[in-house]
Amino acid sequence: MIAKVTTACMVLALGCGSALAQATKPSDAQIAHIAYTAGQIDIKAAELALNKSKNKEVRAFADDMVRDHKAVNDKALALVKKLNVTPEDNDISKGIVKQANDTETSLSKLDGAAFDKAYAANEVAYHKTVNGALEKTLIPSASNAELKDLLATGLKIFQGHQQHAEHVVADLK
Amino acid sequence: MKPRLAGLVGLAALAATTSTRAETVRIKVDKLSFEPAEVTVRVGDEIEWFNADFVAHTATARDKSWDVMLSPKKSGTFTATGTGEIGYFCRFHPNMVGRITVLSK
Repeated sequence: MIAKVTTACMVLALGCGSALAQATKPSDAQIAHIAYTAGQIDIKAAELALNKSKNKEVRAFADDMVRDHKAVNDKALALVKKLNVTPEDNDISKGIVKQANDTETSLSKLDGAAFDKAYAANEVAYHKTVNGALEKTLIPSASNAELKDLLATGLKIFQGHQQHAEHVVADLK
Repeated sequence: MKPRLAGLVGLAALAATTSTRAETVRIKVDKLSFEPAEVTVRVGDEIEWFNADFVAHTATARDKSWDVMLSPKKSGTFTATGTGEIGYFCRFHPNMVGRITVLSK
């Protein structure tokens, strides 16, 4: 039964574009893991872009993603340590990792301008999804005030990334 | 003694109001916003941003005429030269915007 429910959740999470928005209220330990995982995914995508792209604007954007998401994740790690919370893997974080792996596979097959455009478009979509989840699910569900505050600052940073990615998409056209 | 001191204070006050010496206008960058977002300065004044955030920002003129890097917990400055209104933003987080009005001396 448990296995069945878990599978159903996974399918639900993966089936719709916004895996993160479908959650029932997650705990702080789960929220911390989801937020950290989401950051790691974007760092990995940026590292792929730095390996593949020769476009100056795309590379600068990827550098910004690595630097900012590392900074946010360092803060998150310091906070969970301080609060003595052990980040807990869950269906939502598993779902976004699965989605990210699929995206990485398709991006890896592209080169040149096709890669740049697909990477930039994915960055817009990805930040939109993460920001929606932060706004609708993660921030309202967080019980610890410091975690809520860090997530709120993270949201503003990631909204900036989304706008920045939109500019990159427009410039690549 | 008393009138003399009063006179001195009066002179100092007069000097302060009519001074054309350049000033430093401080803007705090906190939680992804420029505070205050709008400032008015005079030609020759220095604008100093202090970035209180843990991520890097920039203060970049819309017309790209200047670009100030603001590392986490560090300051950056720009001296206003021409008069007019300048919109600026953060290159890393374009949702951060500000405006500087520069008046003549």
